[in-house]
Amino acid sequence: MLASHLWWLPENADWREDLRAIGADAAVQWPALVKLANCRMDFVRTERLDKLAQSKFEAAPPPGMPVVRLAILGSAMVSHLIPAIRVALLRRRIWAQIYTNPFGQYLQDLADPNSALHAFKPDAVLFAFDARHMLGKIDPSQGAAASARMIEEAALRCKDLWDIARSAFSCRVIQQTVLPVLPNLFGNNEHRLPGSPQGMIARINDRIRQLADEGGVDILALDARAAQDGIAQWYDPVLWHRAKIEIAPPMSPLYGDLVARLIAAQRGRSYKCLVLDLDNTLWGGVVGDDGVENLVLGQGSAAGEAFVAFQEYTHQLSRRGIILAVCSKNEEAIALVPFASHPDMVLKRSSFAAFVANWSDKATNLRAIAEQINIGLDALVFADDNPFERNLVRRELPMVAVPELPEDAAFYAQCLADAGYFEGVRITGEDLARSGQYQANTQRDVARQSMSDMPTYLKSLEMQMQAGPFDAVGQARITQLINKTNQFNLTTRRYTEQEVEAITADPDAITFQVRLADKYGDNGMIAVVIAKASQNPNELMIDTWLMSCRVLGRQVEQATLNLLVNEARKRGYRTVIGQFRPTEKNLLVRDHYATLGFSADRQNDDGTNLWRLLVEDYVPLETHIKVGGI
Amino acid sequence: MTDIEIMEGITEVVREALDDDTIILTSKSVAGDFTGWDSFKHITIVVATEMHFGVKFRTAEIESLKEIGDFVALIRKKKAA
Repeated sequence: MLASHLWWLPENADWREDLRAIGADAAVQWPALVKLANCRMDFVRTERLDKLAQSKFEAAPPPGMPVVRLAILGSAMVSHLIPAIRVALLRRRIWAQIYTNPFGQYLQDLADPNSALHAFKPDAVLFAFDARHMLGKIDPSQGAAASARMIEEAALRCKDLWDIARSAFSCRVIQQTVLPVLPNLFGNNEHRLPGSPQGMIARINDRIRQLADEGGVDILALDARAAQDGIAQWYDPVLWHRAKIEIAPPMSPLYGDLVARLIAAQRGRSYKCLVLDLDNTLWGGVVGDDGVENLVLGQGSAAGEAFVAFQEYTHQLSRRGIILAVCSKNEEAIALVPFASHPDMVLKRSSFAAFVANWSDKATNLRAIAEQINIGLDALVFADDNPFERNLVRRELPMVAVPELPEDAAFYAQCLADAGYFEGVRITGEDLARSGQYQANTQRDVARQSMSDMPTYLKSLEMQMQAGPFDAVGQARITQLINKTNQFNLTTRRYTEQEVEAITADPDAITFQVRLADKYGDNGMIAVVIAKASQNPNELMIDTWLMSCRVLGRQVEQATLNLLVNEARKRGYRTVIGQFRPTEKNLLVRDHYATLGFSADRQNDDGTNLWRLLVEDYVPLETHIKVGGI
Repeated sequence: MTDIEIMEGITEVVREALDDDTIILTSKSVAGDFTGWDSFKHITIVVATEMHFGVKFRTAEIESLKEIGDFVALIRKKKAA
């Protein structure tokens, strides 16, 4: 199980033939390339696939695919990592344009506004510094004070670079931690020697993490990866001396995937839901055949303990905000028995936001699960021990991630962890509460299905909305929503935390952060609105309006518009202009403004539709939501 | 391991690395004979060759690898040891 070969991806015996077929086909075929990028491969094949993808899309990226412009600013050789980063982003349906600085010259590149870096205009910057560069000249005999000063200086140098990059490019920043490539001087108690290079690397990494947390920078944790894979896998001194290569080429597929999962997470494209099979995935044996009393689960057998450990891992994922669901071929009543009666079950029926056990095919059921939870299919990870089901889902639903679970359940958790599906970049209170919210949602849906009268249902929810202008407390969650909401998002404009801060401080901007609670629970912050004066007099332009799909159909839009128009009136605006910028994912809100009573105004050249509402004619819309301030 | 087997293994590695299944190597072949075999690809080929044969070249040995015949001789020596 070599992490360097991406062992959670399926092996493709026809890899070469598939690659050749794509190469020979003149028609542009990026779905086929994405499919190939989702197979297990070593670094040589990675370079090969990258070469083919580049040759196919040299002139222009695949239509409809999001593009990231990544600059890797490094102190040593990093260009050998570029193909793997591109392939790993292709794996996630993101097209990458990558720049890297000429050997070691990142500082000049950043400082000079006429440099190639400035011309490139990155929207993400990765700082990748080798250990020797970060340490500089140190003396192992130097005292604690001198060592502490050097550590602080090294970490602050990084922070300065982040600030320069962000002010120049308004980009996301990723900082790679320092690989512990230097040998011990003191031994097991290395940390007692303040000037030991190895000890200093550990402390620099600690300090960089602190600064990154304060500064909103994301960490690429190579040190943690090296602890797991072994530094000898990551670093080959022969290649360092030969070509200043600190990261060994065979690790490049994993390195690329680590970078790509961070970039995807920054763009709100991490997976959100883990869909689990039951028999031989959560427990050993088949409950319908073997009976609940004969399942392999719990103390008494090594295999039984391995299944418990996997359940514990999925339970922990759920506690950090990953939604769990079940998709099993079973009679539902039988599938539920272990949850009710097996003493060693860690997961309960209530752990799952959706529980589908029937005899339909799993692709159909996964569609139903996505619909029930109200998330995209591309947010699902499907874990099943059965290769047949895995391959069926891969074929029918290529956007669903399907890890190649190993035969031994003892490695299930590691497989999911290594795959990095659930990469997170920012923790908000909502993340920790989310899983519970989805369960409450499902309960609400059940109530809705059993109640034909929608207004009565909405009334019965006892909804309470709290809305107010942006503030420092809400900033992290506001930024998160702005950057990850795809479906209910009228303009899909992304803003960094710094930009949100600037909007918050702008007295001319009208902003709302909206929270919704009801008798089933608190949904947390679920909607964000930003509006600004347009070029025309007395006209307010809605720059951003987005909402979590968890609260669709609850009249939150109506209640929000009431607040917005009220505020517009107070400030003397006569017209409110709404914009709809169509994307692949936001068709849901195509008729948003029409539904709210706006009239069609005009269409801009870029495809944006503008909608107009007259403030003086506006009659507040009726809702079943009680509205209050924050 | 015979020289022919070693040559076959190296050919497989080089074909995969240079993305060209028509490549035929002789003991006199050098990097400059093939398009795409630049200093960057050279590292890929050296590392992939080490992995293919389960050997590790020493820092000084890599410097001495000029012709494919040098690769074959070095691998033969390492596999015999």
